[in-house]
Amino acid sequence: MLSRLGQCAAGVLLAATAAAALAVGPPALAQSKTKVSFVYVGPIGDHGWSYQHHQGLLAIKAAFGDQVETSYVENVPEGPDAERVVDQLAATGSNIIFTTSFGFMNPTAKVAARYPNVKFEHATGFKQAPNLATYDARFYEGRHVIGLIAGKMTKTNIVGYIGSFPIPEVVMGINSAFLAAKSVNPNVKFKVVWVSTWFDPGKEAAAAKTLVDQGADILMQHTDSPAPVKYAEEKGIYAFGQASDMEKFGPNAQLTAIVDNWNPYYLRRVREVIDGTWKSGAVWAGMKEGTVVMSPWSKKIPPDVVALAEKAREAIKAGTLHPFTGPINKQDGTPWLKAGETAPDKDLASMNFYVEGMEGALPK
Amino acid sequence: MDLVANILIGAMISATPLLLAASGELVTERAGVLNLGVEGMMIVGAIAGFSAMIATRSIPLALLAAVAAGAVMAALFGVLVLTLRANQVASGLALTMFGLGLSALWGQSYSGLSAPAFPHLYIPGLTDLPLVGELLFGHDLLIYVSLAVVALVAWVLRRTHIGLVLRAIGENHDAAHAIGYPVIAFRYLATMFGGAMAGLGGAYLSLVVTPLWVERMTAGRGWIALALVVFAAWRPWRVLLGAYLFGGITVLQLHSQALGVKVDAQLLAMLPYVATIAVLVLISRDTMRLRLNAPACLGKPFHAIT
Repeated sequence: MLSRLGQCAAGVLLAATAAAALAVGPPALAQSKTKVSFVYVGPIGDHGWSYQHHQGLLAIKAAFGDQVETSYVENVPEGPDAERVVDQLAATGSNIIFTTSFGFMNPTAKVAARYPNVKFEHATGFKQAPNLATYDARFYEGRHVIGLIAGKMTKTNIVGYIGSFPIPEVVMGINSAFLAAKSVNPNVKFKVVWVSTWFDPGKEAAAAKTLVDQGADILMQHTDSPAPVKYAEEKGIYAFGQASDMEKFGPNAQLTAIVDNWNPYYLRRVREVIDGTWKSGAVWAGMKEGTVVMSPWSKKIPPDVVALAEKAREAIKAGTLHPFTGPINKQDGTPWLKAGETAPDKDLASMNFYVEGMEGALPK
Repeated sequence: MDLVANILIGAMISATPLLLAASGELVTERAGVLNLGVEGMMIVGAIAGFSAMIATRSIPLALLAAVAAGAVMAALFGVLVLTLRANQVASGLALTMFGLGLSALWGQSYSGLSAPAFPHLYIPGLTDLPLVGELLFGHDLLIYVSLAVVALVAWVLRRTHIGLVLRAIGENHDAAHAIGYPVIAFRYLATMFGGAMAGLGGAYLSLVVTPLWVERMTAGRGWIALALVVFAAWRPWRVLLGAYLFGGITVLQLHSQALGVKVDAQLLAMLPYVATIAVLVLISRDTMRLRLNAPACLGKPFHAIT
């Protein structure tokens, strides 16, 4: 039996390799074309995170036409396998490779060191090199807006939050939404459930059911499938779309969605590669740059709440409102930001604590 | 107490796709065929059921489509390994890859569509009982079907002539052939039953649990079902125990998080796997009996010597 299990494991690896190899395809024939490659953590049909990055690839194709050749590998697990996939893309003539999940950080950095002439771009990470840039979006700005709406609209005063992994990107979203909700509703509570996956519709639905069972009447998610929005639709409660507009999954349930619009960034970076002006760097863009966009408000939101949300959105765009403005204490009561002080980016990028008022312990 | 009932209901929902797929695979393996394509058959069942539901708005037709799609996938596998005698491990993996690709292609125009709500059992009086009412009499119909499938599989394998022949073929196909039993035909049927149940398990995800279609929505459940069969030592009731344990702990850990219990999320995420394997290994720890339970001809190709 043991040897059979071993065979299975070997077979699975083999299958994964073959699948990835098929997706990559033959190396570029004409070197005059700029070859742009993407690595996705989920399927492009997830209607969330990976789908939205793939929209960027499609935009590149549409904008540059014959000047570029594009390829992508989807469903790449965050682990050793990722390094092999990125390496293969680099070895087969890619000029620029976008790796679009936090867990691809170390594999991307390793491969970047091996291919100094290939340009790498890693989404949501913090490791840079002369040929490795990072880019991220200030999703927490959108979280502030949905926090305001949730705080105003919850009847049970319990907001359910489906988290993927307790990494800074997710933790800062929870804190931002909670602070905003608390600012308009002192009695609001957040219940957080971690599902330890970015994409598993069945488990995301189970988490949604759990939260509703425990009294939540509004759901927020930081996972990639539309299952929680769909569940909210079935239950007749509210939810917020994540990464992509999920309205078609919950026409009554979705109040708004935080949409990631990566297209302007992707188009600019590919243009720079073609022109030879590409430089490494770290970009963290938000609502002002149009990277974080709120999808149209649902008709279910009362006009005064729409006004509140719009005011916040415009203030964030104008730079007059920062979702993390002191005084803010950490969960254990130790001071973090003084009155009027705004959170420095480095604090946000490494955020590993809940803010005061949040219940439950943040897993480490 | 409502919370306990909610946890148990959630557990049964989480367990049912696994239970259906694993019960089917158990029959396949008992006949001596190792089909590693469960994940592929599940996902094809998921899209087949979903697309049929959209097209016909009929639950029986949707379920029929899922069952048929899974069985067709399994029959394809049967042609490869039973008729052409290809390697079962490699063919099973290929079937999974094929199923994932096929379902993604098939499902392109179905994402974002909504299936009608799935009916739940309602017996006036009984379902309204406090605490146990919904837990016993208020599930969606497929949960009762899945329990019936386990009972049926257990009964057929243990108590009927067909079950005896099936097991004999799995243990020693040459002997069964010598007595005159149609080894290949039986194996085709067992494999197709496995595919049908995997398809139904997939449809449970796309029609009841979520209910929507997203690419790769089975998310590895086919592999868990395969593991359950092995750790349950090829016994139907232990498959039920394993599946419910897995589903139960999955949902329990979600609830404990929402209640604010201080345990690492990573540890909790691992718990369903660890606990299920630990319990099933413990009750199946007698290596002699385990060896007796594992079908001796599992994965071996059959050549009829005339």
